Amino acid sequence: MTAVIAEVPGPTHVGPGTGRPRRRTRITRESLMKASFIVPAALYVVLFFGYPVVKNVMMSLQAYTSKTFFTGQAPWVGLENYVTVFTSQLFGPAMLNTMLFTVGSIAGQFVIGLALALFFARRFALSGLLRSLLLLPWLLPLIVSSATWRSILDNDSGVLNGLLVSLGLGAVPWLTSTQFALIAVIMVNVWIGIPFNVTILYGGIKEIPAELYEAGALDGAVGWKAFRHITWPNLRPVVSVVLVLGVVYTVKVLDIILGLTNGGPANATQTIAVRSYQESFVNFDFGVGAAFSNILIVISLLFAIIYLRANRRAVDE
Amino acid sequence: MLFPVYWMVNSSLQPSGNTLTADFFPWNPSFAGYEKALSEQGANLVTSLIVSLSTVVTSLAIAAPAAYALAQFRYRWITVALLIVLVSQMIPNIVIANALYSAYNDLGMLNTIPGLVLADSTAAIPFAILILRAFMISIPPSIIEAARVDGAGQWRAFWSIALPVARNSLITAAVFAFLFSWSDFLFALTLTTTDAVRPVTLGIYTYLGTQVANWSAVMATAVLSSIPAILLLVLAQKYIAAGATGGAVK
Repeated sequence: MTAVIAEVPGPTHVGPGTGRPRRRTRITRESLMKASFIVPAALYVVLFFGYPVVKNVMMSLQAYTSKTFFTGQAPWVGLENYVTVFTSQLFGPAMLNTMLFTVGSIAGQFVIGLALALFFARRFALSGLLRSLLLLPWLLPLIVSSATWRSILDNDSGVLNGLLVSLGLGAVPWLTSTQFALIAVIMVNVWIGIPFNVTILYGGIKEIPAELYEAGALDGAVGWKAFRHITWPNLRPVVSVVLVLGVVYTVKVLDIILGLTNGGPANATQTIAVRSYQESFVNFDFGVGAAFSNILIVISLLFAIIYLRANRRAVDE
Repeated sequence: MLFPVYWMVNSSLQPSGNTLTADFFPWNPSFAGYEKALSEQGANLVTSLIVSLSTVVTSLAIAAPAAYALAQFRYRWITVALLIVLVSQMIPNIVIANALYSAYNDLGMLNTIPGLVLADSTAAIPFAILILRAFMISIPPSIIEAARVDGAGQWRAFWSIALPVARNSLITAAVFAFLFSWSDFLFALTLTTTDAVRPVTLGIYTYLGTQVANWSAVMATAVLSSIPAILLLVLAQKYIAAGATGGAVK
């Protein structure tokens, strides 16, 4: 658990004591010197995080279209872009898809990740090697994974359908039918997310003191009982961190969906993030795109708050 | 879990243009896919490499001093600063891309390597600050004090004491900065409009854009773009594991 907690802004971290004599000229030079450590990062955060968030809020209140780039004019339109967003036919489905995509991905990643973490926690030959090999899908560029899965899931020539047919089952139009596309995209995202879940949950399991299991075994808590009464309660803080981070990461996923289906077929895999991208960079309506992405910011911030609270609890326990 | 990775390598070595006749093992490996990939995507791979290495340098240069300051200096607002760094990691890329596109357009930074490097650093810098700080906070102030007494300035103490001691976390931060930047797709997609500056991730996407006619070339490009991840997994596994548990990213 330690590592995840390590970055919690603990209230008690105070720098070293300095016992140097304090003369005024020295203090000024010293504080300038100290400031030079932090200024570049502060400037960067303001320009590349602060500015985009503010700009995005402003853009969402403007008619910011491709015309703007020629005329320099982006008239204020109040909440018109939000009205466009909420009344657009795609808003409902995109919201639903975002939820299904997120819940489906997280559930799949977590359950399989936990099972594998428990599996690896029993020491066996090569478990270390296997565990690190497992990290590979997580390290590959997402677009590489998308491309690979697209070939595997291909309707006519994909190996998955080849396998299904040879087993006597029918071929499934994974990426080309509105019925299966979202499922296929979730499947791929689960595959990508498993390594992260395994790594964090494995770390959490390893932190549970062995004495607890020894004591539990005396009371007859073994197997499933040991999991329910010892592993799960002790793992809870780690679990909440994994789940919240999973949500924050999943709601904004774009690479996988764009690479696999581009939001299609017939908008079956449109999510809020995809809508935002397409409004801004395909339709060049940055105002509407910004309104969509502000919804994403709100969702992320909501979960950021949950994350911070979960983390704090993890520290207290 | 690893089958798709195997299949990617396998398909890249298949002689025919599509996977219709793909065997489960490349009995007659053909390197035609790689020839095509290298001739069409070689320049993009070089672009990716330049952008990624520059991102590593930029983000460490900005993050390491800040991490040192947040770990070793006494400021009342440190908790708030850390909170901002933590939350900044959660801002969706598309939000940053939206705003940067218009700003870059005005500044003439679209289709430039510095533009892409600065955008790619948005993933690496907060991560590096948190990872490095977590390590630098454990450096006993007395070591740094000793150097200061000997007449070293703050920067000197940082450079010759804090950085060497924090070497492992620096490598972790560098590895992840490289991986983030190497796999970036969204900034490449939105902040480049011509093929003047085109990372390989965008090259793959362009392949996927039209009906894929030549899977072996696509998969060969995919394999080539996976090499950094595979190399780092082999060479720097310890640092990757540290980053995975410490950073909680992706």
